[in-house]
Amino acid sequence: MMFNNFFITLGSRVIYFMYFLGGVANLTFQTIYLSFKPPYRKDRIFEQAKKAGFDSLPIVSLIALFIGFIFALQTAYFMQRIGSELYIASLVALSIVRELGPVITALVVAGRVGASITAELGSMQVTEQIDALEALATNPIKYLVVPRFIALSLMVPLLTIYADFVGILGSYVICVFRLGISSGMYIRVTAEALYYKDLFTGLAKTVSFGMIIAIVSCYEGFNVKGGAEGVGRATTRCVVFSFIMIIIADCLFTALFYFIFP
Amino acid sequence: MIEISNLHKELGLQKVLTGINLKVDNGSTCVIIGRSGCGKSVLLKHIVGILKADKGKVVVDGQEVGSLNEMHMDALRLKMGLVFQGGALFDSMTVGENVGFGLIEHDHLSQKDLLERIEESLSMVGLHGICNLSPSELSGGMRKRVALARAICIKPQIILYDEPTTGVDPITADSINDLIINMANKLKVTSIVVTHDMRSAYKVADKIAMLYQGKIIEEGTADEIKGSKNPVVHQFINGLALGPITETLDHYK
Repeated sequence: MMFNNFFITLGSRVIYFMYFLGGVANLTFQTIYLSFKPPYRKDRIFEQAKKAGFDSLPIVSLIALFIGFIFALQTAYFMQRIGSELYIASLVALSIVRELGPVITALVVAGRVGASITAELGSMQVTEQIDALEALATNPIKYLVVPRFIALSLMVPLLTIYADFVGILGSYVICVFRLGISSGMYIRVTAEALYYKDLFTGLAKTVSFGMIIAIVSCYEGFNVKGGAEGVGRATTRCVVFSFIMIIIADCLFTALFYFIFP
Repeated sequence: MIEISNLHKELGLQKVLTGINLKVDNGSTCVIIGRSGCGKSVLLKHIVGILKADKGKVVVDGQEVGSLNEMHMDALRLKMGLVFQGGALFDSMTVGENVGFGLIEHDHLSQKDLLERIEESLSMVGLHGICNLSPSELSGGMRKRVALARAICIKPQIILYDEPTTGVDPITADSINDLIINMANKLKVTSIVVTHDMRSAYKVADKIAMLYQGKIIEEGTADEIKGSKNPVVHQFINGLALGPITETLDHYK
């Protein structure tokens, strides 16, 4: 009996996950197709870009700054032991630009913007507003998903550049004012450590993170069932699936870039 | 004319529509009655093409809804106005933007003409000067009227009403009934009204059709329905707790 239940639960989870993947793939293709189809609604893209990008600046600043502080202090713990404090700057710069900046920014945006998109579209779904769009001859994917997809694909990379800068600034503050490394030396070591390919590999994957957040959050919003409780469940699923897919995509891109740009 | 033939639809494991046949003539008002959850709203969503039939077809003005491409379907949708049960007004927009949505998206009118059309539509439903309010500031009755204004703003030839008098007080309900009659008389539109409010049904209908267990089991004028010998129709229109509808439910318990 217990085994039966286990397999029933496992089977239903697998089927649900397959539905999810199929639905997400379908929505992605339709969104990409409709992104190139006129009319182009720049006003709606700007509106979403402001919500996703500009309005996320305070939380991204705060988290990036503290990550910079923390990472510098944790690195200093070991570097001081081997007398190589100077390399804190290069280690922090590389870690933030190649990995921490993109991933932390994507996770913050998934939690803040993705959850909000799912809640908004989910409420629209349960109050029949999405059906109303269709009844008024307006494609809900073109009207609701495409602007968010384009806005997030542009804003996550821009926020990442900003987060990289703020994170390195946080580390600079600790190194210069706490560990006694000179300002000029810190900047020079940082600049020497970073190549264009580091910035490129860091930013290239953030475009896909933005797409993942937009598609997962819109998919979950469109598939809400069961009123307010359903909206809550969908919002949780959106954040969890976005996190999982961002981490998987990050792993794939990191491996890919490692072999392309060794 | 709207012609529905042998329409079937399953949602999940539930057979909602099991072979609906119905004709609604141009300029007439057809009221579809039936218990809550019997598939009345699902039927309306098939007419505007939001849901796709599993079997059967819906033909509107000679065009089969399920077989049209996106462009033709949109053109057909712009001939129809659907008034949703809860209004389905867009929360993120003002009342004016809601009412003018169809025109903003599909007709490139000047700002002056657009505002005129919005005001004209709101006046027809007895509302003035509320363009800048948000939907959350409206009462239930006002939301229904704004939803109707949004539907008529695109000057449709067909208006579909989903339970227009549910959840409003009797006086507002009667004024909504008058609005439906006015729309039919003034704009010469074809109307389908889905409701379980029999007062409303008798007042606005040219024809009443009863939906039960996924099929239309009886149709006729208000007087014919009142005099129906069908025990299911008799129980429903008289609102009786005991009868074949509730016996069938007991059978499944």
